[in-house]
Amino acid sequence: MHWQGFCAWVLPGVPMPDVAPRITEPEKFDGPEVLPVSGRELVVERDGRKLVDGAALTIDQPGVTALMGPNGAGKSLLLRLLAGLIAPDHGTVTWAGTAPDRLRASRVGLVFHRPVMLRRTALANVAFALKVSGVARVERHDRALAALASGGLEHLAASPARVLSGGEQQRLSLVRALAPGPQALLLDEPTANLDPGSTLAIEDLIVRSAEAGMRILLVTHDPAQAQRLADRIAFMHDGQVEAPVSADSFFNEPASAKASAFVAGRLVL
Amino acid sequence: MDDLSGAFAQAFRLIAGFDPDLLEIVTLSLQVSLSAVIVAGLIGLPAGAAVAVMRFPGRAVVIAVMNAMMGLPPVVAGLAVYLMLSRAGPLGDWGLLYTPSAMVIAQTVLVAPIIAALTRQAIEDLHGDYDEQLRAFGIGRSGMITTLLWEARVGLFTVLLAGFGRAIAEVGAVIMVGGNINHVTRVMTTAIALETSKGALELALGLGIVLLVIVLGVNALAGLLRMGVAGRAHA
Repeated sequence: MHWQGFCAWVLPGVPMPDVAPRITEPEKFDGPEVLPVSGRELVVERDGRKLVDGAALTIDQPGVTALMGPNGAGKSLLLRLLAGLIAPDHGTVTWAGTAPDRLRASRVGLVFHRPVMLRRTALANVAFALKVSGVARVERHDRALAALASGGLEHLAASPARVLSGGEQQRLSLVRALAPGPQALLLDEPTANLDPGSTLAIEDLIVRSAEAGMRILLVTHDPAQAQRLADRIAFMHDGQVEAPVSADSFFNEPASAKASAFVAGRLVL
Repeated sequence: MDDLSGAFAQAFRLIAGFDPDLLEIVTLSLQVSLSAVIVAGLIGLPAGAAVAVMRFPGRAVVIAVMNAMMGLPPVVAGLAVYLMLSRAGPLGDWGLLYTPSAMVIAQTVLVAPIIAALTRQAIEDLHGDYDEQLRAFGIGRSGMITTLLWEARVGLFTVLLAGFGRAIAEVGAVIMVGGNINHVTRVMTTAIALETSKGALELALGLGIVLLVIVLGVNALAGLLRMGVAGRAHA
């Protein structure tokens, strides 16, 4: 047991000294090819209403592509389609030209808006992701520790994941998705409702992952975050996606009236 | 009144003195019921989890039957097992009737649906929260079932305890298929019924006290587990 976990067990409620996180670079690992992650002419219909209506998006270029748009535009649904979690009613999703399959799932990392923590320690959460991605048992512990260190969470390794703060859980969720070495990373509003410190830590990890060559799709409502992180921005409304443009172009020369209204902070219906 | 207090005093003497007959009956009861719960767990846990995770035609009917089987009358279960194991029954050649094995089978028939139905409910609740995350990891259906069973382990242990409580307190089925044969198939509940009918209250009371302590102990353990989990807030 880690000494802090032991102290927390012996002295519940007594605050432990905060250890400054040692941030290290995220690790990269080989695995099956999934790039480009692509969706074409995607349609999802529920109760006669088209939630995604002919949307197309390809994740291929290094860096961060932000997917922005009003509530109900279909952003989270598109993310799940690209992750292979939902089958479209029409259209196709491909990873490296073939249909998504679970053997390559760990190469497309996914972080949800609300982190889902397994009922075990932070370290075991990461080790679990490594196990299901096929990492040998002898390697898991060290790789999980390295992954936690990359997110500055190694001091929480022995803590039960579900008692961590919201920000720590989301950071752990991101670290867990990164641990198997994905080529593409899909993030569904990973910093929504988090404090600035947690947001900064998560954005830092996103930036370092992008610099390491990962292809990242980031769903966000926050224009300031998109300006800080995004290389490209795709605007989504009414179930459709406008072609991604550079962040500068999106904010300075919006391509459509709805994008223009969104950038100006007006209500987009 | 004096007879009753005397019977209680004699019952406590039997317990305190580790009376061989009482010990034999308690030991056999525990062996039979624990075996039944283990077998029922091996059947009910994966079956309940599979029904919770999988979608198939007729699933609603399976769930309805599973829930209905929770209230299966013990004598009906005993009759079914008796017919199966009797000389003319399909499993008559096995020669299990009036053996502890037959009692294990009868209690398994009673307990497995309880474990399966409660497991299905617990896993279904969890599945709603974990489904997308586990599929995002690339986990298939069998992996999903084993992962969810592990995630729900504390709650499922209390389900097993509930099953044990049902098994150890059961009398109708085991008396039909066990026959209540002295030194062979006599367990606490059947012995209590027999001794009471004979007017031999000492042993009946002694066994009743032991049975009560076991049932209360099992419930206390389940309560402690729940409190421990709530205290740690991570399960």
